Amino acid sequence: MKHRTFFWFFMPTGLAMLLFIALPILSVVVQSMHTPHEAVLLTVENCTPFKCTEETTIDQDATAALRAAEPLGRFVGLDIYLDRAHLAIGEVGEAWASSASWSAFFSALSNLPFYRAMSFTLVFIFTVTPMVIILGLLIALSVNSIYAQLRGIVIFFSLLPFVITPLIGALVLYWMIDSRGILGNLLQWMAGDPSLSLKASTGLMWVSLIIYGIWHAAPFAFVIFYAGLQTLPQDQMEAAQIDGASRFQRVRYVILPHLMPLVTFVTLIQLMDNFRVFEPIIGFNAEAHATSLSWAVFNDLGGETRQFSSAAATSVITIIGVAILLTPVLIRTWRDFRGKV
Amino acid sequence: MFVKKLALAGVMTVLAGSSAMACGIDARVSIVGNEFPAIQTVGAGAQECSGAEVTTNLTADHQKINVPGMQGNPAEYTSAIIANSSIVALMNEDVIRPLDDLVAKHGKHLKKNQLVTINGKVMAVAFMANAQHLVYRADVLEQIGVEPPKTYEDMLAAAKMIRDKGIMPNPVGGAYKAGWNLAQEFNNMFLGMGGSHFKSGSAAPNVNSEAGVKALNMMKSLSEYMNPDFLTHDSNATNAEFRAGNVAIMNMWGSRAATLVTADGVPQEVVDGFAIAGPMTAGGGSTPASTLWWDGWTVAKNVSDAEAEATFVAMTHAIRPEILADGDVATQAVWLIDGYKPTPAAVGVFAAAEANTIPYPMLPYMGLLHTALGNELADFMQGKESAEQALADVEAAYTAAAKEKGFL
Repeated sequence: MKHRTFFWFFMPTGLAMLLFIALPILSVVVQSMHTPHEAVLLTVENCTPFKCTEETTIDQDATAALRAAEPLGRFVGLDIYLDRAHLAIGEVGEAWASSASWSAFFSALSNLPFYRAMSFTLVFIFTVTPMVIILGLLIALSVNSIYAQLRGIVIFFSLLPFVITPLIGALVLYWMIDSRGILGNLLQWMAGDPSLSLKASTGLMWVSLIIYGIWHAAPFAFVIFYAGLQTLPQDQMEAAQIDGASRFQRVRYVILPHLMPLVTFVTLIQLMDNFRVFEPIIGFNAEAHATSLSWAVFNDLGGETRQFSSAAATSVITIIGVAILLTPVLIRTWRDFRGKV
Repeated sequence: MFVKKLALAGVMTVLAGSSAMACGIDARVSIVGNEFPAIQTVGAGAQECSGAEVTTNLTADHQKINVPGMQGNPAEYTSAIIANSSIVALMNEDVIRPLDDLVAKHGKHLKKNQLVTINGKVMAVAFMANAQHLVYRADVLEQIGVEPPKTYEDMLAAAKMIRDKGIMPNPVGGAYKAGWNLAQEFNNMFLGMGGSHFKSGSAAPNVNSEAGVKALNMMKSLSEYMNPDFLTHDSNATNAEFRAGNVAIMNMWGSRAATLVTADGVPQEVVDGFAIAGPMTAGGGSTPASTLWWDGWTVAKNVSDAEAEATFVAMTHAIRPEILADGDVATQAVWLIDGYKPTPAAVGVFAAAEANTIPYPMLPYMGLLHTALGNELADFMQGKESAEQALADVEAAYTAAAKEKGFL
């Protein structure tokens, strides 16, 4: 394609990407490096239905003048990124210097919001992603081998967890694992411990969230793999059968290589989705046990005093995190692509 | 469309005619606020006004939309219904206007204590009061032979007796959900223990103190008599436990107490045993471990004077003394309106006000401390760290946020 043709061909997409992806990201980056002005405080007398008290309030006239002079706020560079709510460089250094052992260091680290969020997020990603792929593949293979007229209805029901709105799905499971819910009660009965509560234990809450993550995303992997199986060349399968390959060998040496590009695709999507784990934490009311970067953004913007700069910094860190996670998969894809050319 | 409007105007006229005082306005009124019954009444009252359009957006998410909805010029909302905690966000962003001139012109029958003044200017008109106080099961306390607890120490003793007698395994209820609720319970206990949130005259935090540690230890002791899932229970879930007969004593909002046992399917013994009393004290202090709240309305800054006046007229109409003639309305809240007579459901809030309960602090940086408390105290409640460590974490988290917002 000529460069000029390519340019005109690409321009509408490029323009949309600039407008809807590049500019918002740029705006978030700018926001994360600015904070509101120093508040000009006044002590005034406030009277409420109960009594009059001396209290502090913001001097609006002085603040308005500051805002007019510098509408973006104070430029603080990377300060927000390095403060306690984010990378907490100072606190980590202190913990490193004062901790006698690795375990003391990690326990000090897990007390900081960012590292606490990352510890859950990473465990979530690296358990849910492989399990979703394995389970999705197993379901796809099973559905592919059942009687053709039954497939439609089986596919419909297998897809349901993915169709349900994530928050609703999480709430359904949340009430089932309640100590008076069907699953929570069953577990108490099986463990013989009437005070067992999934919601009160951090470990069990993590397990519940991970099971929810797998339950919700497995149908997505399944439907992709199932579509891939429909393009499997029958002659290859027959050749393998004639050569005496067992069922396992056929899956391992014929089906899996055929589905490999799809596995990469599902891995990419799952890494991105799981890094931004959010709905189950809200649905399970699990803030006390597990947080994530997306939850931190939600928390910053949900309080009575909104912290836009903090939320912006967390968003930029999320983008960087996703980029780091995806790099190995992308490098591999690039090598495969180069190999083929 | 015209016919519809005409019909609507007709209905409005009938409605306005039937009330004691007609309400005519000539500019748009648009209200945003929370959705509990008393506020629904106020919203409907404002809509009785005729002459121009009155719209309401009453939702539990009102705090997320009121500031953005009033920052534009002209503002989308001409009035926000708020409480003493949430007026701070509107003050911080300078989106509400002083009401002194409008009070002089149209607010003759408002009582002086309804006018919330900041730096001498009326910024809001309060219409109801609220507080958390004791809600208990009289039948259960009778069974163990104790009086309703006046202190949290008595509450613990009663809880132990109820559990030991095998009446209920987890007799104490509390809205201890990690986040806003847990922080609010800490605020109550902390003020009851004689703490103050900030170093005097500054935005520097002051929770990592003896009062803070005592407050946390009391909360931990109470949580041992709660449903093990207490960190996921907000006030709705706590009320559900009470309704189900699983809880005998709890600290609960006055605004929710009135309707607590009117839901369907509440067992008869819960309905019969339901009783309320004033807030408890803690640690030998005399100040109740609770906070006082008011709900009121404001008028947006970025609207025309005509719209502001129409809003003031409609909102004043909505909280006129005549609305109390309706028995249901009278029980919906502890109204601050002239002529209100306390109903039995109001004794808790009244006792709180009489016992000099401290109002929830109206400070520009209180919201940040509340958020930090909500995020950092759960570790202590789960036994993962000491009270001192948890409070140090709160102060560190708050300091980071307050630096970002320019308060420190």
